[in-house]
Amino acid sequence: MAVDLRLNAAIATSKALTRAIRRVGRGGGTAFPGLIATRIDPGILGKLSARLPQGVTIVAGTNGKTTTSRMLAGVLRESGLQVVHNRSGSNLVRGISGALAAEASLGRGRSAEIGVIESDENALPDVIRQTSPHCLLLLNLFRDQLDRYGELETIARHWAPAVAELDSDATLVVNADDPNLAALAENTRARVVTFGLETEGHGLPELPHAADSAVCRRCGSRFEYDAIYVSHLGAYRCPNCAYRRPELDIAAREISFQGMERLSMTVRRDGWEDDLRLDVALPGLYNAYNALAVVATASVLGVDAGTIATSLRSFEAAFGRLEKIEYEGLHLTLALSKNPVGFNEVLRMLTVEPVTGPVIIGINDLDADGRDVSWLWDVDFETLAENAHTGTVFAAGIRGDDLAVRMKYAGLPADRLDLGLLGLSFSEVLDTLPKSVAKGEHVFVLLTYTAMLQLRRALAGRGAAPQFWRQ
Amino acid sequence: MNLRIGWLYGHEMNIYGDRGNVLALAHRAKWRGIPSEIVTIGIGQAIAGQAIDLFFWGGGQDREQISVAADLSGDKGRDLKAAIEDGVPILAVCGGYQLLGHYYRPHGEADLPGISALNVTSEAGSERFIGNVVIDAPEFGTLVGFENHSGLTFLGNGVQPLGKVRVGHGNNGRDRQEGARYKNAIGCYLHGSLLPKNPVLADWLISAALERKHGSVDLPSLDDAVETRAHDQVVRRALKLAR
Ligand SMILES: [Zn+2]
Repeated sequence: MAVDLRLNAAIATSKALTRAIRRVGRGGGTAFPGLIATRIDPGILGKLSARLPQGVTIVAGTNGKTTTSRMLAGVLRESGLQVVHNRSGSNLVRGISGALAAEASLGRGRSAEIGVIESDENALPDVIRQTSPHCLLLLNLFRDQLDRYGELETIARHWAPAVAELDSDATLVVNADDPNLAALAENTRARVVTFGLETEGHGLPELPHAADSAVCRRCGSRFEYDAIYVSHLGAYRCPNCAYRRPELDIAAREISFQGMERLSMTVRRDGWEDDLRLDVALPGLYNAYNALAVVATASVLGVDAGTIATSLRSFEAAFGRLEKIEYEGLHLTLALSKNPVGFNEVLRMLTVEPVTGPVIIGINDLDADGRDVSWLWDVDFETLAENAHTGTVFAAGIRGDDLAVRMKYAGLPADRLDLGLLGLSFSEVLDTLPKSVAKGEHVFVLLTYTAMLQLRRALAGRGAAPQFWRQ
Repeated sequence: MNLRIGWLYGHEMNIYGDRGNVLALAHRAKWRGIPSEIVTIGIGQAIAGQAIDLFFWGGGQDREQISVAADLSGDKGRDLKAAIEDGVPILAVCGGYQLLGHYYRPHGEADLPGISALNVTSEAGSERFIGNVVIDAPEFGTLVGFENHSGLTFLGNGVQPLGKVRVGHGNNGRDRQEGARYKNAIGCYLHGSLLPKNPVLADWLISAALERKHGSVDLPSLDDAVETRAHDQVVRRALKLAR
């Protein structure tokens, strides 16, 4: 095989830059090296993908892609494969290229066998075209950063051509509980595997306010639901034209939760003799979807059920996804909450029991959060304001004032709203916190993306948390 | 005394957190001891006979806007126009604002007809205006919101702008005007939500609604410290980002 000098130069440069950035402690750093690498060899992503004997699996969707791709990479490792994965969260073409380059061998050592790529919504068509994935996992489409991604239909339209042109030997693993995604799966050359929930007792009484796309693609009628699980995800059917949720190839049943720690469920899959009993080290119904997506994808990739179950039992949460940190005698639980559905699901989990401890909610409006904070009004903060809960809500972050107004109009009594953290940086928040919260308290911290980065950095500076890219 | 708030197309056109406007109206009435009722008026549901005191209408996705335009093409659109002509207050944001006018003209497609309650027209633009907006409104002082639209709106005779743009693009990015005022109707591009952070405007709408029904009404003032603080903070933030 002829040596591809351009590719080798791109890989070597990218690797050197990544090492240098990590040495000076500036984060995970695959985006900038990846950008330079794609300048040296614009075909680098395609070439590195083509080197992987088991190909690339792409994970996309609004919520859960980081957790899901990490679980999937863990399952594949458990099965003995050498996995390359853009785990530091850089999910644009340049970050993915950098991550693959960082793991690529230049002739020495064991090379990666399979790639797990988390892709940004806007970047997905490019990532699909450049990597020709063996498998594409589509999780969900929710309202998120409308100023950046646009409306749901815009994203679905943006994805449709690339999904349609998937290789005929590729597999599309799709959440059929999401009508937008089920519609996309109707038009593709790939083999389609559908997953969804078939469980009782976890439905919502009605579509939440933040729900979107509850309208039939064929005739425009509003769907009726036999069960609504998360936002607009559920068992839907059209009262007018009889279109309904497609048959599920893989389904989760008998879901139950062990507090805010774990969940368990049974998975039925066509072709399996017995249902698979799963115990997952993550809480919340949205994580039941994530775990189910991992089972569906891993089994498509040939991993046996026992290996999947073993790996999921001991999964560790990704950066800021219900991560527990001890700081100055306080027990912090960090939850990244960056859009209405994500927020609603975290609140749903949090408010199962009366909330008696402090809750810090930090809202930033930097580019990575979305400049528009209007979405705060789509979150059902009313659940947290109810009388059953007594905990104080601290408003924080660049747009903490907006959150304070939102909480007031959610009905939170004035004596449960604390404005003492407004105007402070997260480093200053950490200085103030031990003075305003009693030692030993369990503090829930819900933060948008850059707020989470800032708090994590401040915690790491005080030795209380590892830098996320080292995890 | 009570307040019936008609939320036009609350399911079909509820993007960008515009429900905060309805929450602000209902809460600010309740805090003054005025009970309110929120009546969601969707596709196929009539306006006539609902005895609505005050309307809110938000923005939606393109497809929903087309269904809504069709829904308004008959009696329903005429009833809404008559109510506005009769002085019933309405706040319409973004998509709702456009449909209060004569039409929305997309690129290379047929016009989407509005109800002609406001003498304004809208057309598709070539760039999307996204960002914080600060305007100076002669009747209401400084207002702050967030715009996200590619449609351009132009005012005709008999309609005043809501305010003059200090930060942002406004109606069309050219004449530095934002929104439209006619009788007790307000149309604009301001999300945010608009009313919670601009309580002056919320109270004006409530007063206008109650005065129509009960004659002159004196709304007791409320403790707006949290709202005012957020208003001022966001104005500062918008000015800083715009520099
Ligand atoms: Zn239908």
